[in-house]
Amino acid sequence: MEKELWKGNEAIAEAAIRAGCKYFFGYPITPQTEVPEYLSLHLPEIGGCFLQAESEVAAINMVYGAGGCGVRVMTSSSSPGISLKQEGITYLCGSEVPCVIINVMRGGPGLGTIQPAQGDYYQATRGGGNGDYRTPVLAPANVQEAADFVRMAFDIADIYRNPVMVLADGMIGQMMEAVEWHDIEKRELPAKPWATTGTQGKREHNVINSLYIQPEPCAEHNEKLEKKYKLIEEKETRYEEIDAEGCEVLFTAYGTTSRVCRAAMKLLADEGIKAGLFRPITVWPFPYAQLKKAAAQNSVKAVVVAELSLGQMIDDVKIALEGSKPISFIGKAGGLVPTPREVADAAKKAIGR
Amino acid sequence: MAIVYQKSKGLTDKELHYCPGCTHGIVHKLVAETLEELGIIGTTIGVAPVGCSVFAYDYFSCDMHGAAHGRAPAVATGIKRVSPPGTTVFTYQGDGDLAAIGTAEIVQAAMRGEKITVIFINNAIYGMTGGQMAPTTLIGQKTTTSPLGRTKEHAGMPIKMCELLSTLDGCVYAERVCVTDIPNLNKAKKAIRKAFELQQQNAGLTFVEVLAACPTNWGKPPIKAVEWLKENMIPYYPLGVYKDSAEVK
Amino acid sequence: MAGKVTFCQDRCKGCELCVSVCPKGIIVIDQEVTNRKGYHPAAVKEMDKCIACASCAKICPDSIITVERL
Repeated sequence: MEKELWKGNEAIAEAAIRAGCKYFFGYPITPQTEVPEYLSLHLPEIGGCFLQAESEVAAINMVYGAGGCGVRVMTSSSSPGISLKQEGITYLCGSEVPCVIINVMRGGPGLGTIQPAQGDYYQATRGGGNGDYRTPVLAPANVQEAADFVRMAFDIADIYRNPVMVLADGMIGQMMEAVEWHDIEKRELPAKPWATTGTQGKREHNVINSLYIQPEPCAEHNEKLEKKYKLIEEKETRYEEIDAEGCEVLFTAYGTTSRVCRAAMKLLADEGIKAGLFRPITVWPFPYAQLKKAAAQNSVKAVVVAELSLGQMIDDVKIALEGSKPISFIGKAGGLVPTPREVADAAKKAIGR
Repeated sequence: MAIVYQKSKGLTDKELHYCPGCTHGIVHKLVAETLEELGIIGTTIGVAPVGCSVFAYDYFSCDMHGAAHGRAPAVATGIKRVSPPGTTVFTYQGDGDLAAIGTAEIVQAAMRGEKITVIFINNAIYGMTGGQMAPTTLIGQKTTTSPLGRTKEHAGMPIKMCELLSTLDGCVYAERVCVTDIPNLNKAKKAIRKAFELQQQNAGLTFVEVLAACPTNWGKPPIKAVEWLKENMIPYYPLGVYKDSAEVK
Repeated sequence: MAGKVTFCQDRCKGCELCVSVCPKGIIVIDQEVTNRKGYHPAAVKEMDKCIACASCAKICPDSIITVERL
């Protein structure tokens, strides 16, 4: 298949169109702005609608309205804008409205910086909105994956009636890489009898809503959602292992940082240290059992977590390993990216070399 | 024997939770009757707010969304932009929802000329949370968060949404009505009908503000509340058409 | 008798708005009845004076009134 050179953000936008998404509501913010720019040109060409909202708050609520009507719909933003979308995300989860949300992460806190970061891990995996809810989060490590995961995200959203996030960072969004527009796995998608398409006088009215004022129905609703989240954990957990078998150091990293780890693995190999990588692809659901298994090998002396933050995913690594292996951390926040040398040195330190 | 009046098919059988004499129920049925008369119940999608009318999604028999506080115009925008031509979309919002937390959403939806109808209930108070000051609370009016009465110095003058929105080109129709008596109720019904008809012509955003009584939080029996509305609200919020830039064809 | 007014008294909240708009003044709050909500509901005492104008039904916030013309 032919390879094409695509900028990350534009590949994300094109992938949405190829997934059958005709509707996008968003707001400009660096470093994701090429997503709305691309769609503002190309969605009208296919009879869709691009709308630049007055705020991220409005954009996510437009997504809520559109998604409730049963169409495929997407929004994208970067960290501070995703903070603003949190209210909408919890409503989308509570009302079980499928949609895709792109976060091209930048440094924080507050306005932070426009450079790449992974400081929104807690927000993405724990949820920045109120209540018990979950959103599946796919974390691409290159532009090809960004293009693939956006398409997968729409399927996951429809299958489970839930928002799905694609968690990229400024590096993935801004760089250009080769992309093959290969087919993704074809999945069976449910009908949407719940959508507000007008009763046409043929059925009772459909209501898209997250209010359950009485505690018993609200508890029941929460339990129903919890069952769904458990099913997602069971069916949708994704990860990748690279040279993990028999490794002495097991790096654990996602997205851009996993690429730095791969470069560090080569430096370590030159020094006779066998290092492997465990890369969560879904950061929620997090591949706890799979990571524990990979780290349980006798050869593994230390697990080294690398992040573009001062340590967020490391909490999930600790939960996974349950104290079974030493864990150390290398990370930078605020838009800086650790070099392969720095990561390799952190690994050596972790195993006393 | 001919039926002169019965409950509209635009309403479900659900019992309304509103307090005795609350205006919400009256406006609900004016909207429901309009949808029924225009024959569009089956092609209408409504958006309920947060506030006393939060359960409006249970009361209208058309498809409904419940929106986050103040976001109804954004939700309605999303619905309208993806729905087939001929779909009617309306929001039903109170003054806390529309004139406080949702000011950005209503102003921007009006600026864009979203083809939606907005029914705005102004009762000069927060009802659901128990009688706090609203942006529409009158000067001197006592509420649980303006216990000595609202002052201009502290909270500014009450916001006039019809006047504000009528300055925007995209808002093609804005009228303020009340339902305190039958002649006014008939006018309100006419305004609501016109708002929906103009939407059907894709004219732009149509806005009907209904001055409403909140007997419970005003601390008055329903009839006294109606009198208070006439004596205090109408002088500050004059009834009438504020914008009428599109003709009903 | 020109009109007949039927109240779904179970759902009445006794707000008296119907009383306030009846041009014939024939609607009363029935103090002898307490409905399941705990309210004294509205009722028409002199039905033969009803003109079927439907004012009461139009203003009833709870849509509990049906009006027929005889």
